[in-house]
Amino acid sequence: MYLQMGWRNIWRNPRRTIVIMTAVIIGVWAMIFLGALMRGISEQMVRNGITTLTGHIQVHHRGFRKDPVIENSIDKPEVVEAALSKILPQDARWTTRVRVDAIASNARHSGGATLVGIDPEREAEISFIGQAVTEGAYLKTGDTYGIIVGQALADKFETKLGRKLVMMSQDTKGDIASRAFRITGIFRAEMEATEKQFVFVTTGAARKMLKLGNEASEVSILLTDYKESDEVADALRGVLPSESYDVETWRELLPLVTAVLKIYDWFIYLWFLIIFIAMGFGIVNTILMAVFERIREFGLLKALGMKPWWIVKEVLAESFFLLILGMVVGNALGFLSIFALTDTGIDLSALSEGLEFAGMSRVIYPFVLITDIVAANLVVLILGLVVSIYPAVKAARFTPVKAMAHT
Amino acid sequence: MNIVECRDVKKIYRQGKVEVHALRGVNLSIQKGGFIALAGPSGSGKTTLLNIIGGLDYANSGSITLDGNIINEMSQSKLANLRLNNIGFVFQAYNLIPVLSALENVEFVMLLQGVPAAERRKRATTILDDVGLKDAYGRRPAELSGGQQQRVAVARAIVSNPLIVLADEPTANLDSKTGEGLMEMMREMNEKKDVTFIFSTHDRMVMDYARRLVYIRDGLVADEQE
Repeated sequence: MYLQMGWRNIWRNPRRTIVIMTAVIIGVWAMIFLGALMRGISEQMVRNGITTLTGHIQVHHRGFRKDPVIENSIDKPEVVEAALSKILPQDARWTTRVRVDAIASNARHSGGATLVGIDPEREAEISFIGQAVTEGAYLKTGDTYGIIVGQALADKFETKLGRKLVMMSQDTKGDIASRAFRITGIFRAEMEATEKQFVFVTTGAARKMLKLGNEASEVSILLTDYKESDEVADALRGVLPSESYDVETWRELLPLVTAVLKIYDWFIYLWFLIIFIAMGFGIVNTILMAVFERIREFGLLKALGMKPWWIVKEVLAESFFLLILGMVVGNALGFLSIFALTDTGIDLSALSEGLEFAGMSRVIYPFVLITDIVAANLVVLILGLVVSIYPAVKAARFTPVKAMAHT
Repeated sequence: MNIVECRDVKKIYRQGKVEVHALRGVNLSIQKGGFIALAGPSGSGKTTLLNIIGGLDYANSGSITLDGNIINEMSQSKLANLRLNNIGFVFQAYNLIPVLSALENVEFVMLLQGVPAAERRKRATTILDDVGLKDAYGRRPAELSGGQQQRVAVARAIVSNPLIVLADEPTANLDSKTGEGLMEMMREMNEKKDVTFIFSTHDRMVMDYARRLVYIRDGLVADEQE
């Protein structure tokens, strides 16, 4: 009967109930929807980081990360390949790359860029570039003069498809190596910085330009489940000698993203707490009002023999219903808002420069993490009931005679 | 056999620095099955005495015994149990729980006592039939007249077979005809179920129904009539 009385009591003053329910609804909606947007931002930061030539795990020659010069290339990629075929799960994919800092120039402009030599077929399964070419065509295996550049770089260099682009770097002998390529494709990326930074040629073309043999700068690995990264990396470390190779996961390769992810985790829960604090005052106020309006009634209940704890339960039942109703509608609205943005996302192109600085995409898509939904609902329900204990105890402490004499 | 024994019961209320002597040493014995009116003018101490007998308030001194239990030494929790299992209350107003129907109001005390649902329903419908509210099971207090509400309150007070029913000016908010009907019904319940009724009043008609009349004046028993 506590639940029955609680349910009926909240509808004695429908306007007040609707007002506080609206506060709970907005709070839960804000927790779920804005939480999903924050998760979406962090998720896309990770995805961007991973697909922008990082992968889940990378293997480098020891020292390459500190000093990414051609001399620090993996001199025996077949050793790494043998280890990969032994350790990697069946669905995992990997590729080798040649990667050097270079100067790109044409008749009008010159500027720094990272020259990436790729295996077109393998690379397409691992990084964004396979699907990113919007003009011209993607590289073909054996293409020795084709180069793919980003739209932003093409704009900056005032160049287009079919035009020449000269790449210059240092070869294995320490001499200047240069090669003229013809632009065969232009790609678009999530971030403009990526379009400006990377130019792609085949590994064969890069090796010829840099006078490399079979060497590679890095091996990038993409797993089907990123959660396996640590486990697989550990297994590779066990096989590849640490004095020759560095094996790192995306968390180590993208320290800024990893740090931002940790901060976001805290932000989301802090966000939940801040919303709840605002909501909590409303809940306490509403329940207190409901209690003080019914002082005589609580006096009657106690006179009839109802014990204080039973009165606490009755008042908490009212709070429970207010919270549950608010949570149901708030969750529904939150999921509807998320669903509405699933395909289109929120386009923040106008702020793209600032966003890119933070490693964020131009379009934010909400991302639902079940633990966030559960946490948001638990915060509202448990803390909501906890703050309701105060008015409930107030109600339970009225003495029957005084309460019934109250006017 | 005395069901209520009050010996030298005193009660002082403090209003700021002023002390109000509500009861100045009441001595009263009430036998089981009685139908007793506590009469007296407003402020004489009737309601205070009823509240102390019912364990709703504590006396400053003296002793109050209910069915052999000294209630002025009991804790709040024990008093709550005593009220729940041994005493039925009918108040002047705000007597029923507004969100419960007549039937649920009558069932409420039995629910607190842990009576099984089927038994509760059976006893509640029987008693409501007895007080003439057969057609009002599902009505909430706001849908009942003042007289009907008091009938539901009497039904609730006696449904769990208490030792005594305490009624504080039960007819004060009713017109004379409805008040008379209520008194008839209470006396019928008293005779039929042998439940002791103690009620406070300053209404002549109500006094006429009592088999024993106790006059309270200035916090003392001033007179008694059988």
